[in-house]
Amino acid sequence: MQYDHIVVRYGELTLKGKNRKIFTTKLGENVREKLKGFSNIKVNKNRDRMFILLNGEDPEPILEKLKDVFGIGSMSVALKTENDEAAIKNAALELLTKKENVKTFKITTKRSNKEFPIGSQTFNHVLGGYLLSNTNDFTVDVHHPDLEIHVDIRNDATYITSEKILGAGGLPVGSSGKTLLLLSGGIDSPVAGYLTMNRGVQLEAIHFHSPPYTSERAKEKVLDLAEKLTYYGKNIRIHMIPFTALQQKIHREVPHGYSMTVMRRVMLKISEAVAKEENILSITTGESLGQVASQTMESMHAINEVTNYPVLRPLVAMDKEDIIKISEKINMYDISIRPYEDCCTVFVPKAPKTKPRLEKVLQFEAHLDYEQEIKELLANKEVIETSSLRKKSKEFDDLL
Amino acid sequence: MIYFDNSATTKPDPNVLDSFIKVTQDFYGNPSSMHDLGKNAETLLRKAREQIANLLSVSNDEIIFTSGGTEGNNLAIKGIALQHQARGKHIITTQVEHPSVLLACEALEELGFQVTYLPVDNYGRISIEELENSITNETILVSVMYVNNEIGTIQPIEEIAAITNKYPKLFFHVDAVQAYGKIPINLNIDGIDFSTLSGHKIHGLKGTGLLYIKNGTILFPLLHGGGQEMKVRSGTENVAGIVALAKAMRIQLDHLNEDQKSLVEMKSELLRAIEKIDGTVVNTPTENAAPHIINFSIPRLKPEVVIHALEEHGIYISTKSACASKSPDKSSVLVACQKNDEVSRSGLRISLAYSNTLEEIKYFNQKLALVVNQLRKGIR
Repeated sequence: MQYDHIVVRYGELTLKGKNRKIFTTKLGENVREKLKGFSNIKVNKNRDRMFILLNGEDPEPILEKLKDVFGIGSMSVALKTENDEAAIKNAALELLTKKENVKTFKITTKRSNKEFPIGSQTFNHVLGGYLLSNTNDFTVDVHHPDLEIHVDIRNDATYITSEKILGAGGLPVGSSGKTLLLLSGGIDSPVAGYLTMNRGVQLEAIHFHSPPYTSERAKEKVLDLAEKLTYYGKNIRIHMIPFTALQQKIHREVPHGYSMTVMRRVMLKISEAVAKEENILSITTGESLGQVASQTMESMHAINEVTNYPVLRPLVAMDKEDIIKISEKINMYDISIRPYEDCCTVFVPKAPKTKPRLEKVLQFEAHLDYEQEIKELLANKEVIETSSLRKKSKEFDDLL
Repeated sequence: MIYFDNSATTKPDPNVLDSFIKVTQDFYGNPSSMHDLGKNAETLLRKAREQIANLLSVSNDEIIFTSGGTEGNNLAIKGIALQHQARGKHIITTQVEHPSVLLACEALEELGFQVTYLPVDNYGRISIEELENSITNETILVSVMYVNNEIGTIQPIEEIAAITNKYPKLFFHVDAVQAYGKIPINLNIDGIDFSTLSGHKIHGLKGTGLLYIKNGTILFPLLHGGGQEMKVRSGTENVAGIVALAKAMRIQLDHLNEDQKSLVEMKSELLRAIEKIDGTVVNTPTENAAPHIINFSIPRLKPEVVIHALEEHGIYISTKSACASKSPDKSSVLVACQKNDEVSRSGLRISLAYSNTLEEIKYFNQKLALVVNQLRKGIR
């Protein structure tokens, strides 16, 4: 018995009409990129399916990697046998008895090779009968089987597949353009990034840091999060914004109750400027309605006023508990809870307004001239690519 | 030189040593320090922890770095006893444990704890029924080694875990010092709460090791201080040693996956030759035993004499565990296995590493036959 290939079925993108090719091409690229390390395999695709020819590679680690590729609906491993009744029977028996939690099965034969002497209907019965008489605990259920065994008898060989392994769903990363993610280092923003990637969006990230008020460790934490996010998509560029001077100015000149609101507005304004520069069409945040003072309806209203850009908030209606669950699932949580202060917590006023009024905000801002500072910090921003991080961490990895 | 005493300690892997030296020289910062040097040390520490957690299929926060097997065993046993004595004061272990388990238990007896030392059969294995029958309302801890350090017996750890898992207030500690990297072990199963590993038994460095602590289990610390290792084990982290441990564990697991066969082959080659020598008794069980330990007795020949005679041919093996016990001339493990006095007195242990070769085994076999022959001429 030998695994021959993996069948990859497309997810939601099969709903796409004429644009489908754009999506399948993207998915093909992403799958090839993800499986770069497996030198023997070959990826073929057509309109409806993708086939990963194993050429001797073990399918398990490949499936493990593909589970996190957005755009895949499901996957199955196919066995290859000769077009020989006994060989097919043996392979099907091994396949059935190796599966756990299976009590009922069903056989579906397709026979495109008409030289094979037994018709597909008859062969269903022949094979089913063979499996029943050589096992003890199984029964046939043609309506709701635990395991459906597909036997595909073709000219070159017979291919047998069974269970479907669920893919990540969603759309292939890169098929829906780019967004600029406000990445803070907390629990929410990486999850927001992950969820937009699920919709086929490629990420760039922006982070505001205020050395020496924020530490190198806080910066590293953000870079680690970005690096983890690349696992679900592509390389991410991170725009590190030196925020200290401007933050001090806001802290100094805006009444404390409103300094947080103004700071958020400025952050969004800077994000918009970076997005424009990079031809990115939207901004994504990890905001969740009512979670903190800056995320009340009133705050969102007062903050959002500063931009015309679409601000995507994938977590807006999610409970914290559910956000944490995703964070744990995608291995971000342990990084997110590292206890370093970010720029939003170092200058936080004792009692930020939870219901800021826009006209007051505008009034305070009228006296605050920050255009010059924004220009300067945009000129001084540092852009870091996750690919370069990997080189840096290689020194450590070699020690281990 | 032929080194067959790998259960006593191993030669550090050169790659492991390289890492140790480099970290000691370049990343000597204290992981708790705020500055860059501290940050780098902290990052390294974290990466080492992640790698180890990964190798063991457990979570990062379930790994506590220690100074080795003795500390891990003491921390698990005393830590549970002191923390949870209100639940009961009874501990179950076996007669064939390492001294760091047996003597930790004896020390607790002096503090008012009761300890059951389970007997073993001829093969050094405990009986599951006997274990279950020993559990009382007062029992808070079961401590059983995975692989016996003297004779290589594998205890039925998964079956024991299935039992301890039925008793909610019962903790189960597994001393896996001789098991890691030699047999496949799964610590992440229901019922196992702690497991001890040691670095220098797997080509890492002395003074390194870890205790796996299942999430949420609270232990009374042996060392109080700066609160390192999640407050369970204070003391500035031995970053270089921990990095070396992570590397040694990775390399050892690669060997297990790729070369376990070679150990098995060497062992059976040894057994074949030993059994050919008249009068030898093999103490290592034929089934459910680790592939790297062979214990045998040559009755009426003093083991020290055999060891020194082999040493003259450049071969290093050992007698009973280097750590002595009550009756100085007999192996307490062999006594527990109900071996007769003569066999218990004359036990010899060969313990292999992946770096040993069949050629070495063949050379050894030849010399052993020669040495036994010569020595027997000297006794009446």
